[in-house]
Amino acid sequence: MIVHEKQDNPDTANRLDGMKQGVLGTAMSRIDGLAKVTGTALYAAEYSADNCAEGVLATATITRGVVNAIDKKAALALPGVIAVIDDPRLTTRAAQGTADEAPQQDPARVCYWGQPIALVVAETFEQARHAAKHLVVDYGEEVDAPVDPEAVKPEEQTEETVSQGDLDAAMSAAAHAVDVTFTTKGHASAAMEPHAAIASWNGDDLTVHASLQMLNYNITELADALGIPEQRIRLIARYVGGGFGSKLGISEEVVAAAIAAQEIGRPVRVVMTRQHVFQAIMRRSESTQRLRLCVDAAGKLTGFGHHALVSNLPGEEFAEPVLQSSHFLYAGANRELKLELARIHRMTAGSVRAPGEAVGMPALECAMDMLAEAAGIDPVKLRLMNIPEKDPEKGLPFSSHTLADCLTQAAKAFGWDHGLRKPRQTRKGEWWIGTGMASAARVHNVMEAKARVTLKADGTAVVETDMTDIGTGTYTIAAQIVGEMLGLAPDRVLVDLGDSRHPRGPGSGGSWGAPSIGSALYVACKAIREELAKRLDIDEPDLALRNGATSSGTQLTELLRGEDLARVGHYEPGAISEDFTASGFGAFFAQVRVNAFTGETRVDRMLGAFGFGRVLNRKTARSQCLGGITWSIGTALTEALEFDPRDGHLVNGDLAEYHVPVNRDVPDLDVILVEERDAAASPIQAKGIGELGMCGGAAAIGNAIYNASGARVLDFPMTPDRVIAAMPD
Amino acid sequence: MRAFDYIRPVSLEEAGRRLAETSAKAIAGGTNLLDLMKLQVETPSAVCDISRLDLATIADTPDGGLFIGALVTNTQTAVHQRVRKDYPLLARAILAGATQQLRNKATTGGNLCQRTRCFYFTNADQPCNKRDPGSGCGAIGGIAKLHAVLGTSEHCIATYPGDMAVAMTALGGVVEIVGADGHARSVPVADFHCLPGDTPWRENVLEEGDIITAVTLPAPVGGLQTYRKVRERSSYAFALVSVAAIVAMDDQGKIARADLAFGGLAHKPWHDPRIGDLLVGEAPSAALFDKAADLLLETAQGYGENDFKIPLARRTLRAVLEEVTGASS
Repeated sequence: MIVHEKQDNPDTANRLDGMKQGVLGTAMSRIDGLAKVTGTALYAAEYSADNCAEGVLATATITRGVVNAIDKKAALALPGVIAVIDDPRLTTRAAQGTADEAPQQDPARVCYWGQPIALVVAETFEQARHAAKHLVVDYGEEVDAPVDPEAVKPEEQTEETVSQGDLDAAMSAAAHAVDVTFTTKGHASAAMEPHAAIASWNGDDLTVHASLQMLNYNITELADALGIPEQRIRLIARYVGGGFGSKLGISEEVVAAAIAAQEIGRPVRVVMTRQHVFQAIMRRSESTQRLRLCVDAAGKLTGFGHHALVSNLPGEEFAEPVLQSSHFLYAGANRELKLELARIHRMTAGSVRAPGEAVGMPALECAMDMLAEAAGIDPVKLRLMNIPEKDPEKGLPFSSHTLADCLTQAAKAFGWDHGLRKPRQTRKGEWWIGTGMASAARVHNVMEAKARVTLKADGTAVVETDMTDIGTGTYTIAAQIVGEMLGLAPDRVLVDLGDSRHPRGPGSGGSWGAPSIGSALYVACKAIREELAKRLDIDEPDLALRNGATSSGTQLTELLRGEDLARVGHYEPGAISEDFTASGFGAFFAQVRVNAFTGETRVDRMLGAFGFGRVLNRKTARSQCLGGITWSIGTALTEALEFDPRDGHLVNGDLAEYHVPVNRDVPDLDVILVEERDAAASPIQAKGIGELGMCGGAAAIGNAIYNASGARVLDFPMTPDRVIAAMPD
Repeated sequence: MRAFDYIRPVSLEEAGRRLAETSAKAIAGGTNLLDLMKLQVETPSAVCDISRLDLATIADTPDGGLFIGALVTNTQTAVHQRVRKDYPLLARAILAGATQQLRNKATTGGNLCQRTRCFYFTNADQPCNKRDPGSGCGAIGGIAKLHAVLGTSEHCIATYPGDMAVAMTALGGVVEIVGADGHARSVPVADFHCLPGDTPWRENVLEEGDIITAVTLPAPVGGLQTYRKVRERSSYAFALVSVAAIVAMDDQGKIARADLAFGGLAHKPWHDPRIGDLLVGEAPSAALFDKAADLLLETAQGYGENDFKIPLARRTLRAVLEEVTGASS
């Protein structure tokens, strides 16, 4: 039985707070943790398939043009090679998140250097890789493909454009103003588990083990790519070794494995090499961002301008939504926001953790720091003064607003000095020491979701949904929500995720996983509770369940009368999304040291406070924040995709040369969870936390670099060369 | 990866012979070679596994120096009591490189032969005169942030990426080599690596069939030793610039000895004896350190993206000299 609930109004009942199990929100360890650390959790490539062949993608060595011919005969003559697949259904890019249709196909059309053009299948991975590298390809190259975003005329993304009042006039009339341009480099998701798939056919039925974030979309994308009904496909992704956006859409290896397996009549495994993942999945676009901010003599924002240039391949709709939180974070009556997209032939740009705010917030928050200095106002105070009463562009109320709480609590915990700030005040040996802060914001997303909850006759429960756990803790919070609602210890709840045969969840992306699937589970459990209450002849809200029994001692097993009780919860966000602006908020504080000689920056301590509605699990939520802050450190100091200026190819496509922070770069981090109940966010009053922890943190570090050393670096990442160049001496 | 044969010689003589008669590559820890084979950058027809040969000892030499066998792992060297006591520079340099896991596998001989991290060298589909002579240098006009500013040529601007050899250069280490004919010879670490010139594929003086058996360090000379590595992240990153220094002061407060070597600047650990000559006999001062940097960088040439290495080298040298001479700015 499917129970449908559409949220049109705020839910202030906070029903979960009245439940009796007492497990939701606790710092429960991951229920899949043991399987993962002992190696018994199987990832996509680790499944065994009889007689499995191995496929390796061959990639283009031109930037733009056509593949005239591939010398298959030569490749087939190499040891172990079974087939060279260049089927026109092969996909040449990963699908964008929520695309719900096949991405660009036709491998004979080359749009970026490193694009997949064929799959070589062999008996062993090494044979396939060797042959793929030696594939003789006749190209029709189209020269002079643009690869520099600054060198082409960009397209305005008009739906992002805002023009209110007169910003130029406000800037001229302002008591204090900043007009500054920042740049950010491209980022990679750099998930630990490379993209991988094993495809096997049984007649017309296809089963694929893959590493994907959103099976509910991926199955449609795969079916569309193959030209078969999705009912013929089973997609399985029980464990996913990190996604960060890179596994939102169906990726090239999945489609290639499916086509190859059909063609050779054997299961085929395709594991992308690390270089393939870097060069052929998704990059976060680089950005150039001009910020214009001005305040009156009291420090109230009178003008707010944010103009960003990003890039993508021709034909891609995605434009890094840099301005996403700029639309509502701060007041300012005179507003100009504009996003432009340059069409260039670098690899596909798409979602990488916190698309938009990940780079928009660092630039905005550095500009705010510069404004605070210009106005002689404590940067914390400047932000507190400029929190708008309602959405400054749409005029909507906020569903909840924790920015002030986060700023205040974090400043206190960090020991922030609200006095006059001057750079270059503290030196220890070679090191300048300083502090900085920034606000955090990340829009709230919630999606339609279905999940089946079965209360078994034996008093245990089973959760079934195609929702994935990409390392975030979905298994665990699902057990907690169901345990809380049905009065079961979480170890009595079996959570079965990542199988497309189950009801469609929301997928993991955009931080919407927990609130969306959590709401579907809540709806299912509420319906089960209603049935149980009916059997007891009481009202559902009066049903108190704990440890498998009612408060009057009736066992669930008795109530179930030897039969399972199953409900599919179907949650849908309703009109409420039009009535409120909803966002997670937070604050970052950092202390850094900057080497006066070498410009090297090291973070000494960092703290974040975050408000994101109900906390479902204090431990996994905190871990998300820690991960986010770590990404902030990478954004601030080290992470940069580098593209060749001539052919646009990604040059540093591995984990040795694309510098994510290492343990030694990450000091002890503090996280404060500013818990609230956001009635409009979801029926469980929760918002997402997967991305908020990196939305602005890089600015806290950048501002601390300035406070420490006097180097105001306008280009992310703030590597030693840039710090030295900006240092006053 | 090209299919390859696996050879495991039982003696040094056999190893030399097998290496000379095939296009085999010697393999010990394999931390560099295997990666490059997977990328199709190295395509030997055979690997010659020398890891079981008897080359893994560290021992005192009669003249008070230290003999470090070619198969001693980087970790073993870095934690060795005499290294820590008498050659702390070497321990620091090794520990500044790679990761613990890599250092546990990497060996003295292998590390000396570590190949460049140039992005164009490691991408077999890009031009590189080192990998594919005559195909051009992709780094010139490309992404060259990691690249050399000293001793470059129009054919190659790659850097030697290691740390250990930079320290060994400053320490006056000597590479012990046995040729395929059994003939042994010694080459100072400072002369072991080559500049690219018009033969960028030739990275060191090894001839076919040569095997490194050890590096010997001379008796310790006293003074303060340090290894300063500047990098973007604080571990698992190659040097933008590194400086190895051994500096002794006399009782007048003047510099009595200064042995310096530099990483990240050239196709080899950079050693310019004129810098030591300039410093010795002088009292430390900012002006003196600047003169030293002038000498170091006299012929430096940037390639756009790596221009910053020139001021960075100057600043790092100054920081190191202030540290080891006790002067402060």
